[in-house]
Amino acid sequence: MANIRVIPRLDIKGPNLVKGIHLEGLRKLGPPGEFAARYYAQGADELVYMDIVASLYGRNNLTEIVEQTARAIFVPLTVGGGVRSVSDVKTLLRAGADKIAVNTAAIKDPSFLTAVARAFGSQCVVLSIEAKKQNDGRWEAYTDNGRERSGVDAVAWARKGESLGAGEILLTSVDREGTRKGFDLDLIAAVSGSVNIPVIACGGAGEAGHFREAVEIGKADAVSAAYVLHYNEMTVGSIKEALSGAGCEVRA
Amino acid sequence: MSVVTIVDYGRGNLFSLSRALEHLGATAQVTSEPAEIEGAERLILPGVGAFGDGMENLGARGLVGPVKRYAASGRPLLGICLGMQLLLDESDEFGRHAGLGLVPGRVTRFQDSPERRWKVPHVGWSRLKAGPPGWAGSALAALPEGERMYFVHSHFAVPAKPEHRLALTPYAGTEFCSALRAGPVQGFQFHPEKSGEKGLCLLKEWLKS
Repeated sequence: MANIRVIPRLDIKGPNLVKGIHLEGLRKLGPPGEFAARYYAQGADELVYMDIVASLYGRNNLTEIVEQTARAIFVPLTVGGGVRSVSDVKTLLRAGADKIAVNTAAIKDPSFLTAVARAFGSQCVVLSIEAKKQNDGRWEAYTDNGRERSGVDAVAWARKGESLGAGEILLTSVDREGTRKGFDLDLIAAVSGSVNIPVIACGGAGEAGHFREAVEIGKADAVSAAYVLHYNEMTVGSIKEALSGAGCEVRA
Repeated sequence: MSVVTIVDYGRGNLFSLSRALEHLGATAQVTSEPAEIEGAERLILPGVGAFGDGMENLGARGLVGPVKRYAASGRPLLGICLGMQLLLDESDEFGRHAGLGLVPGRVTRFQDSPERRWKVPHVGWSRLKAGPPGWAGSALAALPEGERMYFVHSHFAVPAKPEHRLALTPYAGTEFCSALRAGPVQGFQFHPEKSGEKGLCLLKEWLKS
């Protein structure tokens, strides 16, 4: 498995890095810039910043935090949360983001993905899918940071997103998020097998073996981690060692 | 202190590149003014997206001539990502499109390989190995072989002359040209501004060239 990326995910609320369970029950951890600098120094391949209450309040307060971070971090930075217009995208890119993650706005109006891809290129468009397993065994895409049902099938939405111009998929399991019980491997495998763009597995990582499974079984192209990094249980380096030990190519 | 002129032709995000150059102590000037481009001390042609679109946008702003005349002057020119691809003669992306023709060769897409499925675009950190001319005297000389850089692209340049293929990178069953050098004209298919400290090191070396 070639070139697996390790991507710390920082959920932001106001001025703070936060962490919750199932995207709820948030705990404040401190200034996101300090965590971002630590992960950059540890060899993070990219970073994801997500304003997790932006959709709820119809705003985006990330610009300033992105500006501060981008000054000293020279790996790709994906920013999302409450992005709803091409002008929002431009503002975040100007502040230092390299890619923009879109969820709620794209479900409301799928052509938004195409508009952003036309303006800034597909490499800039990350479709963020927050998927929750349903009783019939399928996954539904949720909006507003895992709060609202959309009625949209997550796997079909991934395929559609690719055709509309998304360059990557950030796939979060709402069921596993913050639980440290491991990724939802069936979900990752279902999406990764349906699209030809890279899939970033997110939600549930609690130990080294989970990252390996996401790549070996889920066929993820990149793995995202939050809790284990924020609480210093693992480092980007130790996640990479685990992946490398399982035969995955990673950047040293 | 170097002044680096970055060609703004409406393709992609130039902020990261400016920030990286300024971090290295250079002054970044982002412009779409033909005269500023033609008279630059040091020029970067960045860009993302489709080849045809890129050339069309350069043309619509009247920048094809200025970039060509700049290159003819022998001052350093660096193409990054799509900007590297535009240096070549032509591309087969969505039909045939003429490029700037500063480096002989063409641009083509990753092909499906029979033995396994490779995702396209190629996104991630891949290795650089030395091409036929070796790295001595180039910006890459500062790096050990095998260093990884950050890529995001679906097409790649195929310089006609092996001596222009400065670095090669394996992906999708092929070894594509990930850096080219034809005298003062250089190209990086990867993003040095997004490739961590090693990427910055390459940009710094280029600023000295």
